[in-house]
Amino acid sequence: MVYLTRKCEFSASHYYHNPEFTPEENQRIFGKCANLNGHGHNYTLEVTVKGDVDPKTGFVVDLKELKEILNREVLDALDHRHLNKEVPEFSTQIPTTENLAIAIWNRLQNKLNVAKLHRVRVYELPDLFVDFYGEP
Amino acid sequence: MKAHLTRRYIFSASHRLHGEELSQAENLATYGKCNNPYGHGHNYALEVTVSGQVNPQTGMVCNLVDLDDAVRREVLARFDHENLNVRQEFATDVPTTENLSRVIFNILKQSFTAAHLEKVRLEETMMNSFEYRG
Repeated sequence: MVYLTRKCEFSASHYYHNPEFTPEENQRIFGKCANLNGHGHNYTLEVTVKGDVDPKTGFVVDLKELKEILNREVLDALDHRHLNKEVPEFSTQIPTTENLAIAIWNRLQNKLNVAKLHRVRVYELPDLFVDFYGEP
Repeated sequence: MKAHLTRRYIFSASHRLHGEELSQAENLATYGKCNNPYGHGHNYALEVTVSGQVNPQTGMVCNLVDLDDAVRREVLARFDHENLNVRQEFATDVPTTENLSRVIFNILKQSFTAAHLEKVRLEETMMNSFEYRG
Protein backbone atom coordinates (compact mmCIF):
# COMPACT_ATOMS: atom_id res chain seq x y z
CA MET A 1 0.00 0.00 0.00
CA VAL A 2 1.36 3.41 -1.00
CA TYR A 3 -0.09 6.81 -0.08
CA LEU A 4 -0.05 9.66 -2.57
CA THR A 5 -0.85 13.29 -1.71
CA ARG A 6 -1.81 15.99 -4.16
CA LYS A 7 -1.85 19.61 -3.09
CA CYS A 8 -3.82 22.50 -4.55
CA GLU A 9 -5.00 25.93 -3.55
CA PHE A 10 -8.25 27.82 -3.77
CA SER A 11 -9.50 31.15 -2.51
CA ALA A 12 -12.98 31.68 -1.16
CA SER A 13 -15.02 33.86 1.15
CA HIS A 14 -17.38 32.89 3.95
CA TYR A 15 -18.96 33.90 7.23
CA TYR A 16 -20.23 31.91 10.21
CA HIS A 17 -23.87 32.38 11.16
CA ASN A 18 -26.39 30.03 12.72
CA PRO A 19 -29.95 31.37 12.21
CA GLU A 20 -31.03 29.44 15.33
CA PHE A 21 -28.71 31.56 17.48
CA THR A 22 -29.46 35.09 18.63
CA PRO A 23 -27.22 37.86 17.22
CA GLU A 24 -25.43 37.93 20.59
CA GLU A 25 -24.82 34.15 20.51
CA ASN A 26 -23.53 34.33 16.94
CA GLN A 27 -21.15 37.08 17.96
CA ARG A 28 -19.99 35.31 21.13
CA ILE A 29 -19.44 31.91 19.49
CA PHE A 30 -18.12 32.95 16.10
CA GLY A 31 -16.40 36.24 16.93
CA LYS A 32 -15.00 38.10 13.91
CA CYS A 33 -16.16 35.25 11.65
CA ALA A 34 -19.76 36.28 12.33
CA ASN A 35 -19.42 39.47 10.26
CA LEU A 36 -22.20 38.99 7.68
CA ASN A 37 -20.26 40.87 5.04
CA GLY A 38 -17.93 37.87 4.96
CA HIS A 39 -14.18 37.55 4.70
CA GLY A 40 -11.84 35.32 2.73
CA HIS A 41 -8.96 32.89 2.88
CA ASN A 42 -6.40 31.30 0.63
CA TYR A 43 -7.09 27.66 1.37
CA THR A 44 -4.62 24.87 0.74
CA LEU A 45 -6.09 21.45 0.10
CA GLU A 46 -4.16 18.21 0.42
CA VAL A 47 -5.87 15.09 -0.84
CA THR A 48 -4.26 11.77 0.09
CA VAL A 49 -5.21 8.57 -1.72
CA LYS A 50 -3.95 5.07 -1.06
CA GLY A 51 -3.66 1.91 -3.08
CA ASP A 52 -1.39 -0.78 -4.43
CA VAL A 53 1.16 0.22 -7.02
CA ASP A 54 0.08 -0.95 -10.47
CA PRO A 55 2.98 -3.14 -11.67
CA LYS A 56 2.48 -2.03 -15.29
CA THR A 57 2.58 1.73 -14.68
CA GLY A 58 4.26 2.05 -11.28
CA PHE A 59 1.40 4.36 -10.28
CA VAL A 60 -0.99 4.31 -7.33
CA VAL A 61 -3.18 6.60 -9.37
CA ASP A 62 -2.81 8.49 -12.63
CA LEU A 63 -1.97 11.97 -11.35
CA LYS A 64 -3.42 13.63 -14.43
CA GLU A 65 -6.72 11.89 -13.76
CA LEU A 66 -6.63 12.83 -10.07
CA LYS A 67 -5.90 16.44 -10.97
CA GLU A 68 -8.84 16.52 -13.39
CA ILE A 69 -11.17 15.10 -10.73
CA LEU A 70 -9.96 17.66 -8.17
CA ASN A 71 -10.45 20.49 -10.65
CA ARG A 72 -13.89 19.34 -11.71
CA GLU A 73 -15.34 18.25 -8.37
CA VAL A 74 -13.70 20.69 -5.96
CA LEU A 75 -11.86 23.66 -7.40
CA ASP A 76 -14.43 24.63 -10.04
CA ALA A 77 -17.08 24.68 -7.30
CA LEU A 78 -15.08 26.44 -4.58
CA ASP A 79 -12.35 28.61 -6.07
CA HIS A 80 -13.20 32.32 -6.03
CA ARG A 81 -16.66 31.57 -4.63
CA HIS A 82 -18.60 32.71 -1.62
CA LEU A 83 -19.05 29.43 0.25
CA ASN A 84 -22.28 30.44 2.04
CA LYS A 85 -23.98 31.73 -1.07
CA GLU A 86 -22.66 29.64 -3.95
CA VAL A 87 -21.87 26.16 -2.59
CA PRO A 88 -24.97 24.03 -1.96
CA GLU A 89 -23.59 22.18 1.11
CA PHE A 90 -23.36 25.45 2.97
CA SER A 91 -26.93 26.58 2.47
CA THR A 92 -27.68 24.50 5.58
CA GLN A 93 -24.23 24.04 7.19
CA ILE A 94 -21.76 26.55 8.52
CA PRO A 95 -18.69 26.68 6.23
CA THR A 96 -16.12 26.01 8.94
CA THR A 97 -12.89 24.30 7.98
CA GLU A 98 -14.26 21.11 9.58
CA ASN A 99 -17.38 21.14 7.38
CA LEU A 100 -15.33 22.14 4.35
CA ALA A 101 -13.06 19.08 4.78
CA ILE A 102 -16.14 16.83 5.10
CA ALA A 103 -17.80 18.42 2.04
CA ILE A 104 -14.66 17.94 -0.06
CA TRP A 105 -14.41 14.31 1.10
CA ASN A 106 -18.03 13.72 0.07
CA ARG A 107 -17.46 15.34 -3.30
CA LEU A 108 -14.46 13.10 -4.00
CA GLN A 109 -15.35 9.83 -2.31
CA ASN A 110 -17.20 8.14 -5.17
CA LYS A 111 -15.28 9.78 -7.97
CA LEU A 112 -11.97 7.97 -7.52
CA ASN A 113 -12.22 4.70 -9.34
CA VAL A 114 -8.78 3.20 -8.75
CA ALA A 115 -7.25 4.48 -5.52
CA LYS A 116 -9.09 4.85 -2.23
CA LEU A 117 -9.51 8.22 -0.55
CA HIS A 118 -7.49 8.26 2.68
CA ARG A 119 -7.46 11.82 3.99
CA VAL A 120 -8.62 15.31 3.14
CA ARG A 121 -6.59 18.06 4.80
CA VAL A 122 -7.72 21.67 4.49
CA TYR A 123 -5.53 24.55 5.63
CA GLU A 124 -7.50 27.70 6.34
CA LEU A 125 -4.28 29.40 7.42
CA PRO A 126 -0.69 28.15 7.55
CA ASP A 127 -1.20 27.60 11.31
CA LEU A 128 -4.67 26.04 11.20
CA PHE A 129 -5.81 22.91 9.41
CA VAL A 130 -8.40 20.15 9.64
CA ASP A 131 -8.03 16.48 8.70
CA PHE A 132 -10.98 14.28 7.77
CA TYR A 133 -10.58 10.53 7.30
CA GLY A 134 -14.22 9.69 6.55
CA GLU A 135 -14.86 8.66 10.13
CA PRO A 136 -18.51 8.75 11.22
CA MET B 1 -18.65 13.11 11.69
CA LYS B 2 -15.31 13.04 13.43
CA ALA B 3 -12.66 15.56 12.36
CA HIS B 4 -9.14 16.37 13.51
CA LEU B 5 -8.15 20.00 14.00
CA THR B 6 -4.53 21.11 14.21
CA ARG B 7 -3.31 24.48 15.36
CA ARG B 8 0.32 25.63 15.14
CA TYR B 9 2.07 27.89 17.66
CA ILE B 10 5.59 29.29 17.92
CA PHE B 11 7.65 29.81 21.05
CA SER B 12 11.33 30.36 21.79
CA ALA B 13 13.29 28.85 24.65
CA SER B 14 16.80 27.85 25.62
CA HIS B 15 18.07 24.57 27.00
CA ARG B 16 21.14 22.54 27.70
CA LEU B 17 21.19 18.78 27.32
CA HIS B 18 23.10 17.38 30.26
CA GLY B 19 22.50 14.21 32.25
CA GLU B 20 23.45 14.40 35.91
CA GLU B 21 24.21 10.68 36.01
CA LEU B 22 26.64 10.87 33.09
CA SER B 23 30.29 11.84 33.34
CA GLN B 24 31.54 14.97 31.60
CA ALA B 25 33.00 12.84 28.81
CA GLU B 26 29.79 10.83 28.47
CA ASN B 27 27.67 13.99 28.34
CA LEU B 28 29.85 15.40 25.62
CA ALA B 29 29.80 12.12 23.68
CA THR B 30 26.01 11.84 24.03
CA TYR B 31 24.86 15.42 23.51
CA GLY B 32 27.71 17.02 21.56
CA LYS B 33 27.17 20.77 21.02
CA CYS B 34 23.89 20.58 22.95
CA ASN B 35 25.99 20.01 26.08
CA ASN B 36 27.63 23.45 25.85
CA PRO B 37 27.54 24.67 29.49
CA TYR B 38 25.81 27.96 28.70
CA GLY B 39 22.97 26.40 26.71
CA HIS B 40 21.48 27.51 23.43
CA GLY B 41 18.00 28.26 22.09
CA HIS B 42 15.44 27.27 19.49
CA ASN B 43 12.32 28.63 17.88
CA TYR B 44 10.00 25.73 18.58
CA ALA B 45 6.92 25.13 16.46
CA LEU B 46 4.20 23.34 18.38
CA GLU B 47 1.31 21.63 16.58
CA VAL B 48 -1.59 20.59 18.77
CA THR B 49 -4.11 18.17 17.23
CA VAL B 50 -7.51 17.64 18.80
CA SER B 51 -10.38 15.52 17.52
CA GLY B 52 -14.07 15.07 18.06
CA GLN B 53 -17.50 15.09 16.49
CA VAL B 54 -18.26 18.22 14.49
CA ASN B 55 -21.00 20.03 16.43
CA PRO B 56 -23.93 20.49 14.00
CA GLN B 57 -24.86 23.80 15.63
CA THR B 58 -21.46 25.41 15.24
CA GLY B 59 -19.69 23.32 12.58
CA MET B 60 -16.74 23.03 14.95
CA VAL B 61 -14.82 20.30 16.78
CA CYS B 62 -14.15 22.87 19.48
CA ASN B 63 -14.00 26.62 19.67
CA LEU B 64 -10.58 27.72 18.46
CA VAL B 65 -10.59 30.60 20.93
CA ASP B 66 -10.79 28.10 23.81
CA LEU B 67 -7.93 26.01 22.41
CA ASP B 68 -5.79 29.10 21.81
CA ASP B 69 -6.51 30.35 25.34
CA ALA B 70 -5.51 27.03 26.89
CA VAL B 71 -2.30 26.68 24.88
CA ARG B 72 -1.27 30.31 25.45
CA ARG B 73 -2.04 30.19 29.17
CA GLU B 74 -0.71 26.72 29.98
CA VAL B 75 2.12 26.23 27.49
CA LEU B 76 3.32 29.44 25.86
CA ALA B 77 3.19 31.56 29.03
CA ARG B 78 5.15 28.82 30.79
CA PHE B 79 7.90 28.18 28.25
CA ASP B 80 8.18 31.12 25.82
CA HIS B 81 11.41 33.05 26.38
CA GLU B 82 12.40 30.81 29.26
CA ASN B 83 15.34 28.58 30.05
CA LEU B 84 13.86 25.07 30.13
CA ASN B 85 16.57 23.73 32.44
CA VAL B 86 15.54 25.97 35.33
CA ARG B 87 11.83 25.16 35.03
CA GLN B 88 10.43 22.81 37.64
CA GLU B 89 9.01 20.60 34.83
CA PHE B 90 12.63 19.65 34.08
CA ALA B 91 13.88 19.38 37.63
CA THR B 92 14.67 15.71 37.03
CA ASP B 93 14.39 15.24 33.24
CA VAL B 94 16.74 16.44 30.53
CA PRO B 95 14.87 19.04 28.42
CA THR B 96 15.16 17.17 25.14
CA THR B 97 12.40 17.81 22.67
CA GLU B 98 11.17 14.27 23.33
CA ASN B 99 10.64 15.15 26.99
CA LEU B 100 9.23 18.58 26.15
CA SER B 101 6.65 16.92 23.86
CA ARG B 102 5.57 14.64 26.71
CA VAL B 103 5.41 17.51 29.21
CA ILE B 104 3.30 19.65 26.87
CA PHE B 105 0.97 16.75 26.04
CA ASN B 106 0.40 16.02 29.72
CA ILE B 107 -0.21 19.69 30.55
CA LEU B 108 -2.78 20.03 27.76
CA LYS B 109 -4.45 16.72 28.59
CA GLN B 110 -5.21 18.18 32.02
CA SER B 111 -6.11 21.71 31.01
CA PHE B 112 -8.01 21.33 27.73
CA THR B 113 -11.02 19.05 27.85
CA ALA B 114 -13.32 20.53 25.18
CA ALA B 115 -12.06 17.98 22.60
CA HIS B 116 -9.93 14.84 22.62
CA LEU B 117 -6.20 15.58 22.56
CA GLU B 118 -4.84 13.40 19.75
CA LYS B 119 -1.22 14.42 19.65
CA VAL B 120 1.40 17.05 20.16
CA ARG B 121 3.99 17.58 17.46
CA LEU B 122 7.02 19.67 18.22
CA GLU B 123 9.56 20.97 15.73
CA GLU B 124 12.87 21.86 17.34
CA THR B 125 14.35 23.03 14.06
CA MET B 126 13.16 22.75 10.48
CA MET B 127 15.05 19.47 10.30
CA ASN B 128 13.73 17.57 13.28
CA SER B 129 10.34 17.08 14.86
CA PHE B 130 8.82 14.87 17.55
CA GLU B 131 5.31 13.56 18.16
CA TYR B 132 3.71 12.31 21.34
CA ARG B 133 0.28 10.75 21.56
CA GLY B 134 0.18 9.79 25.21
